[in-house]
Amino acid sequence: MSRSIVPEAIARQPWRVFLPLTALVLFGGAVLYSAAGGHLRPWALTHVIRFAVFMVMALVIARVRRELFQTLAYPIYGGVLVLLVLVELIGGIGGGSQRWLNLGFMTLQPSELMKPAIVLALARFFESLPAAMTASWRGLIPALGLVGVPAALVMLQPDLGTALAICFGGFVVMFLAGLPLRWFIGGGAVAAVIAPIAFFTLLHDYQRNRVLTFLDPESDPLGTGYHITQSKIAIGSGGFFGKGFGNGSQSHLEYLPEAHTDFVFATMAEEWGMLGGIFVLLVFAVIMHWGWQTARSAPDRFSQLLAGGMTATVFFYVAINLMMVMGLAPVVGIPLPFLSHGGSSMMTNMICIGTILAVRQWQLRR
Amino acid sequence: MGIGKKHVSHGTLRNSFDRRSVVLGSVQGGIGVLLAARMGWIAVAQNQKYELEAESNRVNLTLIPPRRGWVLDRNGHPLASNRADFRVDIIPERLVDSDATTKLVGQLLQLTAVEMRDLEDKLDKAHGFQPVEVKSGLDWEQFAAISVRTPDLPGVVPQRGFSRYYPTGPSVGHLIGYVGAANAEEYQEERNPLLVTPGFKIGKDGLEKQFDKQLRGAPGARRVEVTASGRIVRDLETREDTPGQPIRLTIDGPLQDYAARRLGVESGAVVVMDCHTGDILCMASMPSFDPNSFSDGIGRIEWKMLSDDDHVPLRNKVLRGLYPPGSTVKPMVSLAFLEAGLDPGESVGCGGGLRVGNRVFHCWNRRGHGTTDMAKGIYQSCDVYFYHFAQKIGMDRIAAMAKRLGLGAEFPLPVAGQSYGTVPTPDWKKRKYGKDWAVFDTVNATIGQGYMLVNPLQQAVMASRIASGLELMPRLMGGGRDPRPRSLGISKEHLDFVHAAMSEVVNGRGTAGRARLPVPDVLMAGKTGTAQVVGLNIGRGKGGLWKHRDHGHFIAFAPFDKPRYACAVVIEHGGGSGAAYPVARDVMTYLFDPAKAMEVLHGMEASWGGTPQQRMAARYAVYASQYGGSAPPVADDAAEQRAQANETAVEPVQPIVRGAESPPPEPGVAVQPADGNAAPASPAPAPSPVPAAAMRDPAE
Repeated sequence: MSRSIVPEAIARQPWRVFLPLTALVLFGGAVLYSAAGGHLRPWALTHVIRFAVFMVMALVIARVRRELFQTLAYPIYGGVLVLLVLVELIGGIGGGSQRWLNLGFMTLQPSELMKPAIVLALARFFESLPAAMTASWRGLIPALGLVGVPAALVMLQPDLGTALAICFGGFVVMFLAGLPLRWFIGGGAVAAVIAPIAFFTLLHDYQRNRVLTFLDPESDPLGTGYHITQSKIAIGSGGFFGKGFGNGSQSHLEYLPEAHTDFVFATMAEEWGMLGGIFVLLVFAVIMHWGWQTARSAPDRFSQLLAGGMTATVFFYVAINLMMVMGLAPVVGIPLPFLSHGGSSMMTNMICIGTILAVRQWQLRR
Repeated sequence: MGIGKKHVSHGTLRNSFDRRSVVLGSVQGGIGVLLAARMGWIAVAQNQKYELEAESNRVNLTLIPPRRGWVLDRNGHPLASNRADFRVDIIPERLVDSDATTKLVGQLLQLTAVEMRDLEDKLDKAHGFQPVEVKSGLDWEQFAAISVRTPDLPGVVPQRGFSRYYPTGPSVGHLIGYVGAANAEEYQEERNPLLVTPGFKIGKDGLEKQFDKQLRGAPGARRVEVTASGRIVRDLETREDTPGQPIRLTIDGPLQDYAARRLGVESGAVVVMDCHTGDILCMASMPSFDPNSFSDGIGRIEWKMLSDDDHVPLRNKVLRGLYPPGSTVKPMVSLAFLEAGLDPGESVGCGGGLRVGNRVFHCWNRRGHGTTDMAKGIYQSCDVYFYHFAQKIGMDRIAAMAKRLGLGAEFPLPVAGQSYGTVPTPDWKKRKYGKDWAVFDTVNATIGQGYMLVNPLQQAVMASRIASGLELMPRLMGGGRDPRPRSLGISKEHLDFVHAAMSEVVNGRGTAGRARLPVPDVLMAGKTGTAQVVGLNIGRGKGGLWKHRDHGHFIAFAPFDKPRYACAVVIEHGGGSGAAYPVARDVMTYLFDPAKAMEVLHGMEASWGGTPQQRMAARYAVYASQYGGSAPPVADDAAEQRAQANETAVEPVQPIVRGAESPPPEPGVAVQPADGNAAPASPAPAPSPVPAAAMRDPAE
């Protein structure tokens, strides 16, 4: 709160996250460059350019005032919800599942936008909820509704991974907001009962297969287990130091599926080995640590929940993706932030980063 | 759970946020550590396993079929070799326009309609990157025609390789067998990827099969880097193949070829053995098949030719043919007589027949031989002499001598199976039929009829043992030290006597005067044999239906005073020994004067329509024009069919009553010859009423 050195602090602070982030993205660019057989196109160049563009966007978000966030929280949430319904309708008319809207200049996945939007809306909700009502049903039911509706819509698309991400983001905010612990324990118990039932009734065949395959990938090495098996081969054959830049046979000879998107970590690990993996994990640890630090030192409840929820959202991406490529989770289509090639996920994650930056600004400004 | 409404204020919420965010952060940190540990486990601890798997993904190993070991004759000349071969394969996966490509390839290789249809069948069945053989054994022009067009023919791969070559073709078919692509069962058994490598052949029959492991060699390999979809990115390295070990036989290649060709259009077998070592110099069985054309699969036309032939070209008659030996056993019986103490000068009066019990057994010479002693009994093949004295000496002694000389024996040879026939004894008959031995059984056996059944190899062994007095064992694999056979313990005097009588057969007053060798100073000794196939009530044995004619036998050795080579010839349904001894004479002549023997053969082949290969080619042409594509499809596996042909070799060739004056005493006695046959029992025994009662030896 030493006002005299504020400009200096502003100038200094973002570097703590920008530097590792930029390093990670450039590293991702290098991996994508190699995956394309030593070419900037089609992935590496757009990856870096997108990062630059979305970084500007994040900086813009960081400048937004707290009041504007609070004012726009519900409208944004509502708008994304409308988009989700729209996608569902267009998909219904077009015959078949559709997850994106074609805006002409880019395709937009509303479900991606919902991940930060749910955090924003819930943070707003719990901020406005009187503290005494936090432990009551009036705190729980609207929150569940806010999470449940978009999650159900995304589940209809069907997109299990994103639906889970939305739920995760929502539950983390609810948890941080101080809802009684027994509700989470009870909810967990109920989920444990419902999950098997849902597994056999609600999931689509391909989703069920993915889960089954995850449980025993070697049972069908050329079928649905192929992804996990090949990913583990790529990571495992990299060893500690990797095979060297441009020498990854698994990715170059097309054994690794989705080498530039969901399985980009395997592509990286094959060429950079355990060393590259540790680097990636460390960068994410730095970002997470920064996120939690920001949340904990945030000036008020809204910004606390906002920063914590955003951090958790980014974490969810990282954890699920890495667990998937290492054979610890079923194959769900979740990309690895800042490494995987893909505009939507880059945008979502940069929105999260931008929001945490904004919280940081509010704190500094105070 | 109301623990009394706890007051929730902003302060408590803030505290709770702090606590819970620490919990979440710790959980996240924990997951981070877990991920790092997991990665360490996969990438460091299990690195070798995954490195191997990545390598097996990346590298595709193409096996180069090894060159097969040669089969050499005793002088080191190849009986089976390899020749450089041009082959064209199609890889179905890489075909862009399957129909057009196949058609163009067919045009370039001048494939016939039948071949085209076979190719289309094969392509339909094939999948993935397993190449389909279009044609092998191409000449350079055809190969070049395909090679220059490869850019326009995606999926068509002209290749250089080696294919099996048998220079003398049909002559060694039964002996060496043939090679062919492994079938599904063979792959199941061995699970060796080499077996499904295009161009690789395994031994399917004969020595090729028995010595397959030795002949096979080790494959070379070409390592290439491939993508997940199988596209070859680059060559990594190529390792040359290790050719298989050669095997050396005791066979004399040119002699084998000569004997096979000399059999001509007859169905028969020739075996020649070395009287010092037991080496089998030749074992020819004709008609035969051309192993060269078997190795790339059997065409429909070829198959029909083989199955239409009543001479059973797929049966190896040397090992699988069982025949009543007829009078060729007489020298053996004489040795038994001599050892039993019979004075060779003792004689009997032959009046053309002998009454045994209530039946008359005829001599082949109905007018009778007059006063006959042992020598005359042999060289004139007088049956009455043997009828008479066999009754006195008894079957047990005769059977013992037969077994000493190799009849009824199975020899330790690297062959798939031997039908070793029967040397009947009273015990054997009791065991087999539960009937007591009768006198007429002895009488039949002494002239090589009745229950007596032998194969041509046994006859050759018998001839060599009589000639040498040694316990010779037939030997097919050369190399190593020559065996030193023990003496049979037969007195030299007895052997000399029998040798002289056998020489008289050929060089004197005997039954095979025209068998005399056209070689100065080399006298051949021999013994004729004619074995009945059907009773006189069915056929006379000399003419009529081929199937009803007598078998012709001849055993011989030369030079008679210093035996070096022994020989046995069987001509199935040759009409008598007259069909057999000229073959033996010419084969023996070849051993001493090849040029002279060849001259005779050339003359004969001119009248037969050429060499066996030429005759088969001519016959193929006739069949092809006659049946074209309408020939029935080939059975799944030729080897299987051949095995079947060998099994049925055990058909009862039991001779049947001929000229019996009196009714058979035991009507309905089943004639089941096969006792010691390796093969399963043949179908119901011959319906013929009785084992030979009144037999007549039809030797000239």
